[in-house]
Amino acid sequence: MTVTARLREHLNSALLIAGIFVAWELACLLFHVSPIVLPRPSQVVSTLVVDMPALWPNILQTLFTTLVGFVGGMTIGVLLGVLVGVSRTAYNTAYPLLVGFSSIPKVAVVPIFVLWFGSGTIPAVLTAMTTCLFPIVVNVATGLATTEPEMEDVLKALGATRWQVLWNVGLPRAMPYFFASLKIAVTLAFVGTVLSETVASNSGIGTVMMMASANFDVPLAFAGLFALAILGIILYAVFAVIEHRICGWASRKTELATG
Amino acid sequence: MSLAVAVEFLTPMPARRIVQLEDVKVRFGAGPTSFLALDRTSLTVHAGDFVAMVGPSGCGKSTILKLVTGLLRPTEGEVFVAGRQVGAERVGVGMAFQNPTMLPWLTIRQNVMLPLKIVEPYRSAFRAEKNGAFRDRAEALLAKVGLSGFGDRRPWELSGGMLQRANLCRALIHEPKLLMLDEPFGALDQFTREELWSILQALWMEARPTVFLVTHDLREAAFLATRILVMSARPGRVVEDRDVGFVRPRTIDTTYEEGFTALTHGLRSSIMAARQSEAKAS
Ligand SMILES: Nc1ncnc2c1ncn2[C@@H]1O[C@H](COP(=O)(O)OP(=O)(O)OP(=O)(O)O)[C@@H](O)[C@H]1O
Ligand SMILES: [Mg+2]
Repeated sequence: MTVTARLREHLNSALLIAGIFVAWELACLLFHVSPIVLPRPSQVVSTLVVDMPALWPNILQTLFTTLVGFVGGMTIGVLLGVLVGVSRTAYNTAYPLLVGFSSIPKVAVVPIFVLWFGSGTIPAVLTAMTTCLFPIVVNVATGLATTEPEMEDVLKALGATRWQVLWNVGLPRAMPYFFASLKIAVTLAFVGTVLSETVASNSGIGTVMMMASANFDVPLAFAGLFALAILGIILYAVFAVIEHRICGWASRKTELATG
Repeated sequence: MSLAVAVEFLTPMPARRIVQLEDVKVRFGAGPTSFLALDRTSLTVHAGDFVAMVGPSGCGKSTILKLVTGLLRPTEGEVFVAGRQVGAERVGVGMAFQNPTMLPWLTIRQNVMLPLKIVEPYRSAFRAEKNGAFRDRAEALLAKVGLSGFGDRRPWELSGGMLQRANLCRALIHEPKLLMLDEPFGALDQFTREELWSILQALWMEARPTVFLVTHDLREAAFLATRILVMSARPGRVVEDRDVGFVRPRTIDTTYEEGFTALTHGLRSSIMAARQSEAKAS
């Protein structure tokens, strides 16, 4: 894709978002929607700006929790993914288990973590970790398990060891799958963190939103949502850039499945 | 030319068997849908030979190459390479596959250098030399097959024929004693193909590896080989074994000589016969 084409795509995305906000704003004004029900985007943004000094530590808290959970999930996810993906038998055996685990609603695990570790940052980190873990495991395992045998044969014919085949063919081949899952995983980690914060914590955006809705401060609750969305987009973009740098060879081909 | 190679030339080598298949049977799949690709196939290749194998499509030629490189285990029978049984230990050979599978995340040069990263004695020096001597070596080889300047390209930026040439480079870069080529010139135009025949012949005369070439092109077989094996239809067996004695270096003019035409004509009839026996059987 040329630079101008990519710019135009970004411009279109920005226009879409702006368009939705304008429509939202106009609809609220037109139908006299009360800010207690649905605040206008302009109100949300002004709340975000005005309350920023109070929000900022909570944003940092949520970001920190998410990143720690994400890094943990990524590390464990890659290890598990490689373990499951290296042999077809392991893949076929473990896949149902993975699907089962990943379909457990993560809300259900928060109380368990709170029971074990008390409320606060630790259950939030763990929830973020478990939420983002499975897409990574599944994608890395799939990337490895679906490696074309012909590509492996090139090395095997040279007398390469299993480890050399994994290092030179399996892992590079799984990279696009891995990065595709990272983009999803980092946003899921946010979901996990906020989930845990709304249930059992006394700081973080989740907590702020919980308290705001208890006080019927709907604009503040929406300001929290906006902050989350912005953080999510930023992290997604960071990983998209890294992905493009490392896996440029794959993006010219097919779109990859994401977990 | 290195001293070691020169000495090998001077002392008359005893005809060492480098590849040996003994009553090999290969069955794909199991149950009623399984079928035999090879059935009690035997053949021997001596060190330094240039063997070409021709036969009807699907008769098991690629399967034989995979057996020798250890990518496939025989269902029955035994495969020896350099006196050792394949399977227990893989033997480092050069192989050009029928489909040039270049790894898309590497450049053409990196793809060509791949064997140096895997095979000793190069492997230990790879880290130090990958931007030095090894790189030059890859570039020199690429230039030989007409791909100079394409080292930094990615596989998808090359045409099918160019990929096949890079594929040949990858099979040759580590100067293997045994070179397995599976229709390496299949997707090339006539002129490039003839050009590469001469290059391959020159390389063979220089280093004298044992070459096992599978091809559908009878002129190619006759031009390059010291020995031609004709396979029957599936399950493939060697039905004909001919020595080819044209003087080397052979040139394209050789291919218009009477003996050459007679040979390719003879081969053609043999393969036609093999195909017809298959049509009758099925
Ligand atoms: N992995 C496999 N699974 C099942 N059948 C296979 C497999 N590989 C090869 N075969 C079958 O074995 C037979 C021999 O295949 P092989 O690839 O050796 O043929 P070939 O002589 O190389 O043919 P061609 O000249 O067309 O390349 C074919 O009939 C093919 O269908
Ligand atoms: Mg074949």
